Amino acid sequence: MSGEGAAGSVEAVFREDRGRLLALLAARFGDLDLAEEVVSDAMETALERWPVDGVPDRPPAWLLTVARRKALDRIRRDRVQAARLAALRVEADRAAEPGFDDIPDERLRLFFTCCHPALPVEARTALMLRFLAGLTTPEVARAFLVPTATMAQRIVRAKRKIRDARIPFRVPGPEELPGRLPGVLRAVYLVFTEGYAASSGDGLMRPGLADEAVRLARILDGLLPGEREVKGLLALLVLTDARRAARVDAAGNQVLLEDQDRTLWDAGLIAEGRRLVVAALTGPGAGPYAVQAAIAALHDEAVSFDDTDWPQIVALYDVLLRIEPSPLVALNRAVAVAMRDGPKAGLVLLDDLSGAAELRRYHLFHAARADLLSRLGRRAEAADAYRAALALTGNEPERATFQRKLTALTGGSREPGRGL
Amino acid sequence: MKYLLLINTWSPESGVERPAGEPTVEEFMAFEKAVTDAGVKVDGQALDLEHATTVHVRGDGKRVVTDGPFAETREMVGGYYLIDVPDLDAALDWAARCPGARYGTVQVRTVWEPDAA
Repeated sequence: MSGEGAAGSVEAVFREDRGRLLALLAARFGDLDLAEEVVSDAMETALERWPVDGVPDRPPAWLLTVARRKALDRIRRDRVQAARLAALRVEADRAAEPGFDDIPDERLRLFFTCCHPALPVEARTALMLRFLAGLTTPEVARAFLVPTATMAQRIVRAKRKIRDARIPFRVPGPEELPGRLPGVLRAVYLVFTEGYAASSGDGLMRPGLADEAVRLARILDGLLPGEREVKGLLALLVLTDARRAARVDAAGNQVLLEDQDRTLWDAGLIAEGRRLVVAALTGPGAGPYAVQAAIAALHDEAVSFDDTDWPQIVALYDVLLRIEPSPLVALNRAVAVAMRDGPKAGLVLLDDLSGAAELRRYHLFHAARADLLSRLGRRAEAADAYRAALALTGNEPERATFQRKLTALTGGSREPGRGL
Repeated sequence: MKYLLLINTWSPESGVERPAGEPTVEEFMAFEKAVTDAGVKVDGQALDLEHATTVHVRGDGKRVVTDGPFAETREMVGGYYLIDVPDLDAALDWAARCPGARYGTVQVRTVWEPDAA
């Protein structure tokens, strides 16, 4: 095999299995830094050896063996760590080194460590992308549109806290799991939403992040097959992601749900999402992700915007409002009510919500009001609401959409509009 | 691994009325017994909330002594526990069981060990 080919295999293996290798080593040695260093070392060794010796039969197992030896070497050399060696000796002296396929998947522990509530939220998503999705620090920095140095600092700080405050590498017990799992799901969801509707910058979507979130949710579903909310989250992500190709036109402009070419939606993802929703909803007490996924499924199943089953969507928002009340859910419900009962009914609900500071700062609240006002023919008020939305968004394609609507309202040109 | 649980409570000097629902002595005694029986308590005391004195040594070596806690805060440390447990999750569990967590807050701090840096 050529050197270049071997280097390619190292990277392929690395990207795919880095999370598993890191999780195994972190769980074994209780030290994420050490795990990271020796995985990098092992990869360097592979880059040297594989072009000469050929790619081993089971590359991940080879990398794991090399990484473990390097970890033990480091611990032996390190006086500070010497005390820990005694505890690890039994482990190290075990003659048989099992292959990768025989080793338990320890990534679930790493998920819970990365998403530990003692870590700041923005560090949790970064750690997950870094250690479970296998992104490099510059890639994570680009994904969140922050300078690499800022992201590196964030990750280093979080790793230090994991080590110094001794945040354990463990899966919470059955009694703790209901309290801890939502935090992990939330972090995966945040990766997705950051990718799906970037909060600032030129691109409406950063597909890289959405893909990583779906991948993380798939891994999590594989690790916790009995947890219905994991299925609910994965369903929500694939059912939303299925519309990706239709959300932006050739010129890069945002296309709203009502105007999307539904033939561009990914039928395969929709079918997968619908199967997952059924599994997530079957049984008592559906969770918030399962309900949101059911709403996404109803949108995906509708042949046109007007054919959407709005009464059912309102009913699902009622359920969601009961299990996870928030102004944002109330906003979405009001929009669905407007579709079911007309813009006037929706506007009454929105105006009732305007007391929530969280919504007054949210551009889509103002955009929703603007849309309903414009459908009611209250053009001046609608224009004011679009101006409020414009002032609050940093996302260029969204700004362009609001600007277009505003110009249509104020420029005297006839807005095709709905309703009136 | 040693963790310090700093039990923050409402400062009597803050000018605001202390809210109701302060844990009883019996509740704190029950926690004291639990943490002792589990063998994790290294040390722990309730602190006098009335008579804090603050010392500050200035750049010129001058000692400044003032009455009261250092900052004008609504919360002050009302007691502490030093516990020895395997990891942060265990420390957080004890902090959550502490009656002070339901009234004020309990801050969990790791003891700085130079070797760990």
